[in-house]
Formats: sequence, structure tokens, C-alpha cells
Amino acid sequence: MSATLEKGLRVLKEVIDAPIASYFNSCVHCGLCAEACLFYTETGDPRYTPIHKLEPLRRVYEQEYTLLGRLKKMLGLSKPVTDGELDQWQELVYNSCTLCGRCSAVCPVGNDIVYMVRKFREGMSASGHAPEGIRSAVNRTVTLGSPMGVKLPAVQAQMKHVEKDVGLPIPLDAEGAEYLVVLSSMEIINFPEYLGAIARIMQQAGKTWTLCSTAFEATNAGIQIGNSDLAKVIVSRIVEGAEKLRVRTVISPECGHAYTALRWEGANLIGRPFTFEVKHIIEVLGEFQAQGLLKTEGFESDRLTFHDPCQLVRRGGVIGQPRTLMNMVAKNFVEMPDAGYMNWCCSGGGGASAIEEGEALRLQAFRKKKSQFDAVSPDRVVTACANCRIVLEESLEHYNMDIPVVGLTEMIAEHIPNKPQAAARAEGA
Amino acid sequence: MQGSLIDTLARQGVTRRAFLKYCATLASMMALPPAAGRAMAEAMAAAKRPSVIWLPFQECTGCTESITRSHSPTLEGMIFDMISLDYQETLMAAAGHQAEEALRHAMKENAGKYLLIVDGSIPLGQDGAYSCIGGRSNVDLLKEAAQGAAAVIAVGTCASFGGIPKANPNPTGAVSVSDLVQDKPVVNIPGCPPIPVVMTGVLAHYLTFGSLPELDDKKRPKSFFGETIHDRCYRRPFYDQGKFARTFDDEGARQGWCLFELGCKGPVTHNACATVKWNGGTSWPVESGHGCLGCSEPDFWDGGGFYKALSVPADPLKFVAASSVVGAGVGAAVGFANRASKNAARSAHETTTLADLEK
Amino acid sequence: MNALQFLTWVRGPGLNIAIGIFMLGVLWRLLEIYSLGRRKDLSAPRRTAGASGLHTVFRRSLPAPGMLKYSPVSYTAGYLFHIGLVLIVFLFAPHILLIQNAIGLSWPGLPSRFVDMITVVTMAAMVAVLVDRINKAPKRFLSTFEDWFAWTVTFLPVLTGWLAVQHLLLPYPTMLALHILSVEILLIVLPFTKLFHAFTLFGSRWYNGQVNGHKGVPV
Repeated sequence: MSATLEKGLRVLKEVIDAPIASYFNSCVHCGLCAEACLFYTETGDPRYTPIHKLEPLRRVYEQEYTLLGRLKKMLGLSKPVTDGELDQWQELVYNSCTLCGRCSAVCPVGNDIVYMVRKFREGMSASGHAPEGIRSAVNRTVTLGSPMGVKLPAVQAQMKHVEKDVGLPIPLDAEGAEYLVVLSSMEIINFPEYLGAIARIMQQAGKTWTLCSTAFEATNAGIQIGNSDLAKVIVSRIVEGAEKLRVRTVISPECGHAYTALRWEGANLIGRPFTFEVKHIIEVLGEFQAQGLLKTEGFESDRLTFHDPCQLVRRGGVIGQPRTLMNMVAKNFVEMPDAGYMNWCCSGGGGASAIEEGEALRLQAFRKKKSQFDAVSPDRVVTACANCRIVLEESLEHYNMDIPVVGLTEMIAEHIPNKPQAAARAEGA
Repeated sequence: MQGSLIDTLARQGVTRRAFLKYCATLASMMALPPAAGRAMAEAMAAAKRPSVIWLPFQECTGCTESITRSHSPTLEGMIFDMISLDYQETLMAAAGHQAEEALRHAMKENAGKYLLIVDGSIPLGQDGAYSCIGGRSNVDLLKEAAQGAAAVIAVGTCASFGGIPKANPNPTGAVSVSDLVQDKPVVNIPGCPPIPVVMTGVLAHYLTFGSLPELDDKKRPKSFFGETIHDRCYRRPFYDQGKFARTFDDEGARQGWCLFELGCKGPVTHNACATVKWNGGTSWPVESGHGCLGCSEPDFWDGGGFYKALSVPADPLKFVAASSVVGAGVGAAVGFANRASKNAARSAHETTTLADLEK
Repeated sequence: MNALQFLTWVRGPGLNIAIGIFMLGVLWRLLEIYSLGRRKDLSAPRRTAGASGLHTVFRRSLPAPGMLKYSPVSYTAGYLFHIGLVLIVFLFAPHILLIQNAIGLSWPGLPSRFVDMITVVTMAAMVAVLVDRINKAPKRFLSTFEDWFAWTVTFLPVLTGWLAVQHLLLPYPTMLALHILSVEILLIVLPFTKLFHAFTLFGSRWYNGQVNGHKGVPV
């Protein structure tokens, strides 16, 4: 209704900074970023070359922030960015980019391409060129509180189920707890085991934790659509909740973009440093393990592999912990080619999985992931991102591959000795 | 001195055999077939001596010295015996009006047949007043003499290309012979001074074949100016190995390494010094340890310092300070403009609400 | 204008102008780019060994893990011609002399036959990257006039320099003058084309390394 091209261009002028200027000036059109992008490697369509996805942004930069560009613009020699063009670019900026950051990892001149895509989305969203799927996810998150429309009563219902299942209390709004656990809606709806796993892990570690009635949803579709104003609205709920409950640490769930939104973007969105720490659940588990607070028994015997969520490895720096944790509970853990830092995306990150019209392309791009799976033929895939998990499950089904996908946190929790230690000690006495 | 050349030479103690050998050498230098040597000898021996008029303009007499005084007695020098040198101020006995009369006479007698040799450049400034002979400017004299000439031979760099008088800022407005003479064949024999054998070679060719030798685009005989000094330099292997003398008294200089870095202009200089050498084949500049000055090339005087290597520009950083200041100024100005426009975009920011996502 | 006049001009006023425009352009463009600034990152940093701007400046000189096989020509020929250019520019005796004359610094050069060999390899590598640009879909797709132009103005100095040294095609002074002229064209266009990556790539790598280093990711 009020998204306009002018607004979009103005936002682009706001977000273009020295790194972007440096990146555009450094690009030599070597095309290596294409080789790093699963949308190019699986389609062979050069339009999906990452740096090409930024062409309108490059022109705005050139026309607004370089002397020669300004002169060319004044003389009418430059091609202005139009609504029609941005509309064409929607597919390139959203459908065929999962913000996986592989391009940024390979660029020989050092361009952080995904940094630019993230900023370009600010202008795309402000000019009304974000895809319908992500727009409605943002809408639901802002108006209802979660992209899947989950409200507090639904959370409370799941809490009751889980409490019954694991026989442990699920604290809500417990002031002064050490940890505030936030969830992704997928975990609330599709994978409630996660909540039970947290309860058991915290119980064993002897840590206090809580959920928050006003900040249970961690996912941030505002980051995916690329709108800082809306992302700020969403992240502020968690900041307020954490500060209200005076927790020391907020635990990001198994969700890549939730982690990025909270850990790296949150403070910048609200314009001040956080008064609490933010950790991914895998980081927390890694700490517990290192401190001897996480003990497991028994091993999975089937062939397991670990799918690194992009936002956790390349964009988040959590690389070693999942391996340590996998080895705690898996006898037959195999790594896929390119695993770890250079792992290939599930093909549905960055909001791509919310774009209906992008599904065919996404499934085509999944062949990259499939080839990784084919290389090691795992019995099951473990991951640490609910979105990866859903996308992998759907895509594997599409390709008739019978490989179940599980969450790492749940798998660890399954190996925690059944009786809580305190209870066991009490029994012995 | 009348009669054929061979008799004249015989009188001076030059045997027929020596003359034949000389002609053969000359022929080979000019890249003519071996038979041409004999033909040359026969033609020259029998030739009727053509009239030659030698006009000196803005010159230093070095060219004349080179030919007549190199050392004594030379075959080159004697070749002059086979021509009828009817006017040569420096050499002729006559002076004043008598000399001028000789010039007029020769031009009239041999109209259309005489060879005109010129050394020195011709000043055009002040209506040619910078250099006059008998009250007439060089440019007048040249134009008049060239009219009746069969061909004009410009001897030395000044006559060929303007030479030192033409060097920046060229106060006399000096020009070369070929700048003024366009309707007659002109041969340039540049060099400061030119190599004597090149001059006699051209004369011998003219006498033998009645024509001028093959010339390059600068009207120089290809046989002598076809290659650069560098192409034929005996120090070339050191250049190829990257062995250079860096000062005139270092180990490299003592070892006879390449003088490129000491400013040798050999690579851009077309001349035969490296093969013909000087002073009867005794030596030549590079062999004596000094780089080539490039004296036979146009504008050699303005080609940068004699001791600056060819690859070295005179003053490459001349504008660097000024252009850095301008560059920094432009950059800073654009920077300020960018900041202003970015701040404007920021203050115009309207917080996006959900409705703002829709178009 | 004869060959020596041409040579005199290109290594006199021509070079002065070219170096002047080059310096002007470089400072202007660097300020234009880096004065845009950026916001401070307010998120709590995570420190990891090897994750910093400086690390990335160096690390990005090597191919990212597993990438070599995707574009072997880009990497191998790319390395060859970049290294070749550096060796030719800085280790060929006449070039060293030029630098010494300009700024007073000097160092030993390579034998000219060796430089000759490097030049041939460099030209071959440049032709290879050109062929690769035509062959590889993303490169061909991305290429604009500027890419072909930049290739040409980079290739010409190497070619003319080699031809001059080898005494091929044209007389040495003409070829040397053309060589210097081609270098002047290169100097003049460098700040205003993608060739400016020779300067900005350090900044780009540093930003990338710094932004991701803040997250504890050694990129």
C-alpha cells in the first residue's frame, strides 16, 4: 500500500556503506561465486551468479555514491533502477538465495556477498518487492507473535504434554533464572521433543531456566525479508522478556536465522549492546560437555551424518561443538564432503522455504545436498536447525529418499541417563 | 686532375688489387652481390668524374673533418679524387667572389647533372638571416642549388634531421634539407659526424649504377642504417643475460657489460658503427666504454639525458604532488557529498510498518 | 612525429600525465569509497584464533576449500598471470631502473631471458583466462565491455613489452614507445575500472574478515 520505489531506493542509500563500496569496486567478474552457489551449480543458469543478484544495488551505489556515476546520471547516461527491474530481481534476491554465505567464503577478492544481499533486501522489502510467502510470515510474526501463528495457549498446551512425557517441570516466567529458552514455532508445533530435551539437559546440568510468556518465539522473519524496522519489533520482545526476567543468557533454539537475528543482529537492531548473553543451544551443550555437566550413556549404532546449518557454521562460527556432541552419542558418525565450514545449504534457508513459487527451484537446488548425502549414504541425518530439518525432510521425501532427519539436542537428551542424578542419589540414601 | 680514377690512385700508390678489394668490401657492406664489387671497381675506374657541389650551412665542419681528416691517406679520402669537387668552402683554394663565381659556374655548366652535398641545417628564422654566405641566406642558396641538382645528399645529422641547431628551443628555426627539398631525390647520411664509408658508399653506388642506393623511410641507405647499434653490438649478450654496468668505474664496466643502464641509446639508434667502427676499424664508442648517444637519430639532442637509460623517463613524478592534492580534494569533496546524501536518506527514513511491505 | 619524438613524448610528458592521473584517481577513488564509513557492530564479539581482517587479507590469496576443482582455469591461470605480472613489473632490469630513477629504491633483477620466459607464460595465462571468460557461463554472462577492455589494457603492456624486447613486428623505438604508451593507458584507466581491485581488494578482504571475525568465523 505504501511501499514505493522511492522508499526502496532511499533505504538502499541508507544501507550502502564503505564495505559495499569496496566490494563492488573489487569485483572482477571472475564468476567463482557462481561455483559456490547451489542455485547455479544445480541449474547451470548464470543468472543465479551471486554477484549478479546485486546488480540493481550496484547501480544505485554507482549512481548515488561515485562522482563518475553521479555525472553519468546527470547526463542521463545511466540506466535507472525501476520497479519492473526490482520485480524481476525478486526471484534472484529471495527465491534463489538462502543467505548461506558460501559466496562470501570463496570470493577471491574477499567480497562479503551475502552481507550485500542482506542489505539489498532492505530496499527490496521497502519497495514492495518481497515475496508474498515471507511477507505473510512477517505479518503473522508481528501481529500474532509467530510466523506459524502459534500463540501462548498453544505453547502452554505443549508445555503440559512435555511435562507429562518427561516428568519434569517446564518453568514459565521464572524471574532470575540463569537461562531464558526461546523456541522456533516449528519446535512448538512439529518438534515438541526439543522442549523435553531441554528440560532433561538442564535438570542434569543443575541449571535454572525458564520460558517467557511474552517472548517464546525466536524466529525472526524480519531478518529474512530484510527489514530492520520489523526485525527490531520482533527481537525487542525477546530483549524485553530477558531483561524483565533478569536472565543471564538467552538460548537460541535449533534455528539458524533465529540465532543470527538474536546473536549478531539483535543489538544492532535495537541500537545498544545486550545486557545478557546469547548462545545457541549447541554452544550451551558444548559448554556443559566441557564442564562435565553433560553426561550421556549408550550409543546410536546406525550410520549418522551431521548437516551444518549455514547460520551456525559460516555465519555463526559454531563448528567444533556439533562434532564433539555427535561423537558422544554416535558410534558410526560420518562426515559428508564439504562438511563444516563449507557445508552446502539445505536449499531452504533465508526465508526461501516460505516462498511457495520458489519450491520447484528449491527442489532442484536440493540436488546438491542430495549429492552430499549420496556420497556417504547415511541411515539418518542429524542437524541443529528446525528449518533445515523441515526442508530436508520434505526434499528427501520428494526424491524418495528414506533418510530420517533428527535434531541434535533431542538426540543428546535421549542419551541422558533416565533417572535424574539427584533422584538417584536420594533413592540410594 | 683529369683521367680515370685508377690512374689517379696508382699515382698515389694504391694498387689495382687494393682498389678491387676496397670495392668488394664496399659492395658487401651495401649488401650488394659479390659481382657488384667488380662492377663497381670497373665503373668507378672508368667513370667520368661528376661535378659535386658541397654547400655548408649551420654546421661545425665536423662532417668534413670526418671524411677528410680521419687519418691519412684513406681510400675514402681518395674517392673524392674521382669527383670533381667544384665548390667546397673549407677545402677550396678560392675565396670570396672568386669562390662564388666557381659555384655559379659549376651550377651552370652541369645543370641537372651535379650532385649537391649539404652539411648543416638551414635556419628559417629572421628570413634566414642567421646563416648567410656572400650575403645570401642558406635557404636561398639551397633552393637555387637544388634546382639544378641530380640528387641531394644530406651529410650529417644537421642536414638530415636538423641536428643540434634544431634542438629545443631551436632559436634559429633550423630545418633539415628534406624539409625544404621535396622535388629532388634526397639521401640522408645522418651521424654526428657520419661514418666516412657510408658517404663514399653512396657516391660509389651513384657512380656505378647511376642511381641512389635503396633508402628507408627516413631516406637513409638501408644497407647502413637497416639495423640498430643494439642489434649488432658485441655487448648484446650481456644485455640478454641482464648483466649491466651501473657506473663507469664498476666491475661491470671493467668486464665490458652492457651500457644500457648508463644511458646507451643503441637500441633506438640506426647506424653501422657496431660493424664498420671508426678510425679505420680501430674502435667505436661502445667499445671504448661509453654508451651510444644516438647521434644519427632525429632529435637525439632532445631524447632525454645521454646518461639516462632508455627505459627511464626524465621526471616521471613531476605532477605527483599536485595530482595527489587534487585527487585527495576530489575524494574528500565526494566523501562529504556522500555523507550528506546518506544522512539525508537517513533522516527521511520512515519506520516500516507491516502495511509498508505491500505495494 | 618520428619514432624517437614519439618515444620522447611517451616517456616524458606522456608518463608525467599518466602517473599524475593515476595518483589523482587512486586517491580520489579510495577516499570516495572508504569515506562512506559503516556502523559499529554492537553485538558481543566472539574471539577465535585466525579470525580477523588481517588474517583474511592473506588467507584469501588461497582458494577456499574444495573450490579449485570447480574453476581450475580461473585459479591456475589467475595465479600465473598475477604472479607473472608482479615479477615482470618489479624484477625486469629496465623496470627496476625506472623505479630507482623515480624514487631511489633499487634491487637486483632477473636475467632477461628468464623474464622473457615469464612473459610468455604470463601471456599464455592471460589468454587462458580470456578463453575461460568466453567459455564459462557465469563469466560470459557477467562480462561487460569493461571486462574485455580491462583485459586488453592489461595484456597490451605485456605484449608490447615482449615484442619490443624481442625486436618483433615494429622497430624497437616504436615498440618501446607503444609499450610505454600502453602502460600509460593502463595507469590512467586503472582507478576507474575494475582494475581498481588491485587497491580495494585489501579493503574488501579486511572488511569481510573483520565482519565475520567479529562472529568468530575465520573466513
